[in-house]
Amino acid sequence: MIAVDDNHPGNPLLKKEGHLSHGRFERVLRAGHFAVTAELAPPDSALATDVFDRASVFDGFVDGMNATDGSGAHCHMSSVAMCAILTKVGYSPIMQISCRDKNRIAIQGDVLGAAAMGVSNMLCLSGDGVQVGDHPEAKPVFDLDSMSLLETIRVMRDKSTFLSGRKITSAPQVFLGAASNPTAPPIHYRPDRLAKKIAAGADFVQTQYIYDIAQFKSFMAKSRDLGLIEKCFILPGVGPLASARTANWIRTNVPGIDIPDAIIDRLAGAENQKLEGQKICIELIQQLREIKGVSGVHIMAYRQEEAVADIIQQSGVLGDRKPWYPGCEVQEKEVQEKTA
Amino acid sequence: MYSVRQWSVTHSKKLGKFYDLFESVLIKLHPLFNAIGYERLEKPARIFEKAVKGFLFDCQMCGQCALSSTGMSCPMNCPKNIRNGPCGGVRLDGYCEVKPDMRCVWVEGWRGSSLMQDSNAIRQVQVAVDFSLKGSSSWLSVARKSAAAKALHDQTNEVQS
Repeated sequence: MIAVDDNHPGNPLLKKEGHLSHGRFERVLRAGHFAVTAELAPPDSALATDVFDRASVFDGFVDGMNATDGSGAHCHMSSVAMCAILTKVGYSPIMQISCRDKNRIAIQGDVLGAAAMGVSNMLCLSGDGVQVGDHPEAKPVFDLDSMSLLETIRVMRDKSTFLSGRKITSAPQVFLGAASNPTAPPIHYRPDRLAKKIAAGADFVQTQYIYDIAQFKSFMAKSRDLGLIEKCFILPGVGPLASARTANWIRTNVPGIDIPDAIIDRLAGAENQKLEGQKICIELIQQLREIKGVSGVHIMAYRQEEAVADIIQQSGVLGDRKPWYPGCEVQEKEVQEKTA
Repeated sequence: MYSVRQWSVTHSKKLGKFYDLFESVLIKLHPLFNAIGYERLEKPARIFEKAVKGFLFDCQMCGQCALSSTGMSCPMNCPKNIRNGPCGGVRLDGYCEVKPDMRCVWVEGWRGSSLMQDSNAIRQVQVAVDFSLKGSSSWLSVARKSAAAKALHDQTNEVQS
């Protein structure tokens, strides 16, 4: 018999009624708070402390961290392992699963294994093509696509069976996520595709970078018309642009990201472009927050992770709320004692 | 052929109608197929299907044709084999992120679908591909499966009455 310390932050939380997972992230969203998530860059190392170092820069500012799965088709520490490491100390990571590198047998095994280690959130992606990564000679798998992956895990959770129909004795209790790109063609049909993802099992959605608010507003208007905001939490993606040159490079070289001229011009005209990029990001968060049906934001600050806390702080979206992080109880107690 | 593939999407309405008609003919031919033997027919059917659909759609013979639900744009031409696309990497001009010289199969698919009679078919979630069917004739499979479904339906009705 394994002894369980009830107060250990790594233990699963009590599953609330109507909830799908034991996780903290789902609790925040269902409680109606404006949630903040951030992309966590995985290390190119075999050290768990590297994972903690990268996660701790977000302490007290995010409700969930996305552990990417070979993002940009580059090899890094696996998302399963990162999530297991982070969950152990109480964080609520979002495990990304890409269909590029694993077939349905491997993926379903990972889902069970991760859930057994307490991972409560999983985000289903098709994944980038191998040609953009550091191993372009690799064999792309793409056995499933993001949609059939969502359905696969939903069935595992709700019907307790594998895709083959074989029984699972204890189902993975996970909060299911998907990605959406409201600004890529065919723009008119993007809400329809989101509807498909929700039908397949998405409980929450994080989007690609949004820089064109007007375009995103019309995406949300159609999503509301389709009745999607009642069925799914939507977290638009944002991120600080380091300079006008970077923005131009992204626009030309990263398919699927649209940056309007107005933003690039504003960056180019600024004295401190990096700071201006962060300012734009803060303004975007504040504007997105006002849109009906937006439940939070997802911050992807590639190589600017240390700026995330400041961006969130200045945006004011958390209000008085301080998201949980390891050791926060002790720190709060100390603050209380000092003031008392 | 790429240009023919584009033509097929543009003419998805007519092709879709023809496909529906063709399917009903296939189903009616089941007794004949059955008499000859499906196994014996598999090879010639496969060759014929590959020639016709290869020409019209650049068909990859996945063995579980979804063309009527994908705007007559074959999803297996997507470099990621996405059956419920498009992915988020479509270029702003509607071209594929992996193959920049090719129109996104799914941008084309939604275009084709909007022209078709049943424009909602593309909104249905397509299940995971059964790779064990790759290379087989989906036409024969349609005839056989619908005959089997009909037989099951008749049987249940008989039991109920």
